[in-house]
Amino acid sequence: MGVTGTPTSINQGSKTKGGIGESTLRPDGTLKVTGEFAYSSDMWHEDMLWGHTLRSTTAHAEIRSIDTSEALAMPGVYAVLTYDDLPTEVKNYGLEIQDTPVLAHGKVRHHGEPVAIVAADHPETARRAAAKIKIDYVELPVITDEASATAPDALLVHENRDDHHIGHVPHPNIVHRQPIIRGNADDAARRADVIVRGEYVFGMQDQAFLGPESGLAVPGEDGGVDLYVATQWLHSDLRQIAPVLGLPGEKVRMTLSGVGGAFGGREDLSMQIHACLLALRTGKPVKMVYNRFESFFGHVHRHPAKLWYEHGATRDGKLTHLKCRIVLDGGAYASASPAVVGNASSLSVGPYVVEDVDIEALALYTNNPPCGAMRGFGAVQACFAYEAQMDKLAAKLDMDPVEFRRINAMEQGTLLPTGQPCDSPAPVAELLRRVKAMPLPPEQQWLAAGEQADVRALPGGLSNTTHGEGVVRGVGYAVGIKNVGFSEGFDDYSTARVRMEVINGEPVATVHTAMAEVGQGGVTVHAQIARTELGVAQVTIRPADTQVGSAGSTSASRQTYVTGGAVKNTCENVREKVLETGRAKFGSYHPAWTTAELLLEDGKVVTDGGEVLADLADVLEGEAVDLELEWRHRPTEAFDPRTGQGNGHVQYSFAAHRAVVEVDTELGLVKVIELACAQDVGKALNPLSVAGQIQGGTTQGLGVAVMEEIIVDPKTAKVRNPSFTDYLIPTILDTPTIPVDVLELADDHAPYGLRGVGEAPTLSSTPAVLAAIRDATGLELNRTPVRPEHLTGT
Amino acid sequence: MRVNFTVNGRKQEADDVWEGESLLYVLRERMGLPGSKNACEQGECGSCTVRLDGVPVCACLVAAGQAEGREVVTVEGLADFAKQREEGCATGACGSGGTSLQAARQWSARPSDRVADSQTGEGQELAPIQQAFIDAGAVQCGFCTPGLLVAADELLERNAEPSDADIREALSGNLCRCTGYEKILDAVRLAAAPQDRQGSGV
Repeated sequence: MGVTGTPTSINQGSKTKGGIGESTLRPDGTLKVTGEFAYSSDMWHEDMLWGHTLRSTTAHAEIRSIDTSEALAMPGVYAVLTYDDLPTEVKNYGLEIQDTPVLAHGKVRHHGEPVAIVAADHPETARRAAAKIKIDYVELPVITDEASATAPDALLVHENRDDHHIGHVPHPNIVHRQPIIRGNADDAARRADVIVRGEYVFGMQDQAFLGPESGLAVPGEDGGVDLYVATQWLHSDLRQIAPVLGLPGEKVRMTLSGVGGAFGGREDLSMQIHACLLALRTGKPVKMVYNRFESFFGHVHRHPAKLWYEHGATRDGKLTHLKCRIVLDGGAYASASPAVVGNASSLSVGPYVVEDVDIEALALYTNNPPCGAMRGFGAVQACFAYEAQMDKLAAKLDMDPVEFRRINAMEQGTLLPTGQPCDSPAPVAELLRRVKAMPLPPEQQWLAAGEQADVRALPGGLSNTTHGEGVVRGVGYAVGIKNVGFSEGFDDYSTARVRMEVINGEPVATVHTAMAEVGQGGVTVHAQIARTELGVAQVTIRPADTQVGSAGSTSASRQTYVTGGAVKNTCENVREKVLETGRAKFGSYHPAWTTAELLLEDGKVVTDGGEVLADLADVLEGEAVDLELEWRHRPTEAFDPRTGQGNGHVQYSFAAHRAVVEVDTELGLVKVIELACAQDVGKALNPLSVAGQIQGGTTQGLGVAVMEEIIVDPKTAKVRNPSFTDYLIPTILDTPTIPVDVLELADDHAPYGLRGVGEAPTLSSTPAVLAAIRDATGLELNRTPVRPEHLTGT
Repeated sequence: MRVNFTVNGRKQEADDVWEGESLLYVLRERMGLPGSKNACEQGECGSCTVRLDGVPVCACLVAAGQAEGREVVTVEGLADFAKQREEGCATGACGSGGTSLQAARQWSARPSDRVADSQTGEGQELAPIQQAFIDAGAVQCGFCTPGLLVAADELLERNAEPSDADIREALSGNLCRCTGYEKILDAVRLAAAPQDRQGSGV
């Protein structure tokens, strides 16, 4: 069909058993190191057009008029579309609340909002045509924080809200508010010997995945469209795209292209609907690829937050109560804000036992950039604040910060502030003990090394700004708790299709899911599960698409649990069918077929005693067993809107960090020397990938500790630094050694006892680095990221 | 305009190139070589790193016209490039090898019946640094990988036994968002290790 870059099945054999618990290598590894792996930006069609988005240059304005005539008149331009060209009555989309216009209608609510889209025969022609579109804006005052959002005369970011949160929020510029009340925090406060209060600020972080938003939409002969795209959840995209196009779901055929990272930033739609609209309008394939500048406007960010915390403790170090208020800036559109509020509130206490709490979390509508999902999802901001509080309490009680945490650490059986018991291992104290027990890197290496001292290891590094003078060391600890899976009553299921057949005399399992492989290694794990359950060496992983049922999102550390669970479940059912076939054929020859526990191993049917009953090739012959089944984890409940009580979460994940930093106090430069992590992963299905997740998550937490922040001008709500020149993410020079200690305490409710691993290390990394910088400098540092001026006071 | 240059050892000719196009755009969109990635277009991320007359450059910052008459090596040609270097004729000067335009355009059409064992890379010849990235778990989403491979290969070419600080300095122009760089360091150490010391790499 003329499209290059369409994903194909990946075959993976294994010379070892290649099952769970082994560090098998990525099935897409060879493709990725040779440049053959096709990312969504690599799609190509011989007569394709290039799409381009015109975005608002202002954060809040009425649109008086849009004139596209000059753009349309440019040679090479095939289409220019605005709100008026949308084909159906469905003109908005959204993950939960459909408040986001496909193209702006009469108003823009944030800097960089899509207003018009262009298709042309060269990307530069499309860009130039977009620049010729004339928009007459009438500026409106901008809402940028809680005060301006809830002021008596505040404009409403969204008028006429009819979503299901509007009934319980105190102001229409508040997306969602979740209180959690348990015990009596006021009474408990009277038992406290010490009370500490803090106001904390968490900056806006970007996912900064390396592969910008991109994809190719190819119009079909049936009036439908084939969309190749990088996303985190194909079926969620489909549910939002099809109604806007006026097409039934089956005519929007989505296939996952190569995804260059995600980290939450691909939960919301970006170019999907735009490319489809242009393709359907022009009758030609349309490719859209954001550049980095546009990518900063093309996806939601991590909610910046203000957090007010009050904790009390008795003289012997027992926490008495928690009062906190967490205000998240959701920006102009809701995205995942309601769920982020649920996480921030329900996890605001951290992995500690506190029986009397008075908690409130809310997300604002403002004219700042929309914020939504990012790795850690609401739990990150809270962890930054409660861990700073733990250190303050320990200092006030003259206790060791790790010992203070140990005294208050939750464990299996602890009731969370939602009233939900933690019914699987929660080795919080043990994780802290482990990071503390690791050997510390040697101090003042530059002195010990003498002439051999490597300036690159010092703060400032290659800039050669110090040879050790003014450099002080600090050590800090932190631990966090993250929920795994979608919470609050969401039907969080996945689907897996597994086919087993004999090809060229060898049994082969084919696994087909809609799971978005975004780099995490889900495809590796699926092959391992198929080998474990079906006793095959050869596994084929089919491309993810909407021809199979939903896998849910590659989010919330859930895919190994939920789609891994679905693959396991379908494999078990396939195995049962295979055994039925075997019993029918050979059961009369050997009593073990009906009396023994049977397994599939090394291409054979064996008893649990190891006796071989048959070759799979002989059982199956020309037959294939092919099943597609849904699988879901234990149901959860919504939180009560007034008290926050409810069994809202599926599973928890815990990680602890110890950070060692060196700070050049004269220049305010920080060098993180080591960032050790201990994490309970339940069961490491692939230890190599688990370590990769922990180290990657740790580094994203490091980034928001010392460098990463989207700067939004408080006067104009415009983004000041949408580039990798001005928004810095850690390089290999900024990133320290990250020793990882993995604990495997099984969660009996989860497949193989596993625990979702991706997010927990992103939580505790940031506060550990902050604690270490505080330890080095003696400064209070209540905001992240820390910038040089915060350290030098200049 | 027309640009004549050598890509992965083969003479290439790109027609109708607009003067504002980068070398990266011509490689990706006109040569059918999308292995080099575009992640920032500002020379900040290193995802588009290629060798230009042997020197690692960000292809996004090189105007296509600047490549006229010069030799380019991309990730698609890295295995051949490393092999030729091993055989004593680096920088593609021996002429053969490289990825043909036709072959490069067919890169998606990998026959699914070909059981390339991706556990071992068997069935496909890889440069040592490519194999090391697979073995060490240095690849997650893989978007930074092509640029890192070209940069790391160049480091090992001029410094066969780099210290960790050397590796960090050489790769400091290549951003990775997934791995936290630990496994990338492992991969470069692994590729640098003498062959007889290399184990399974895990």
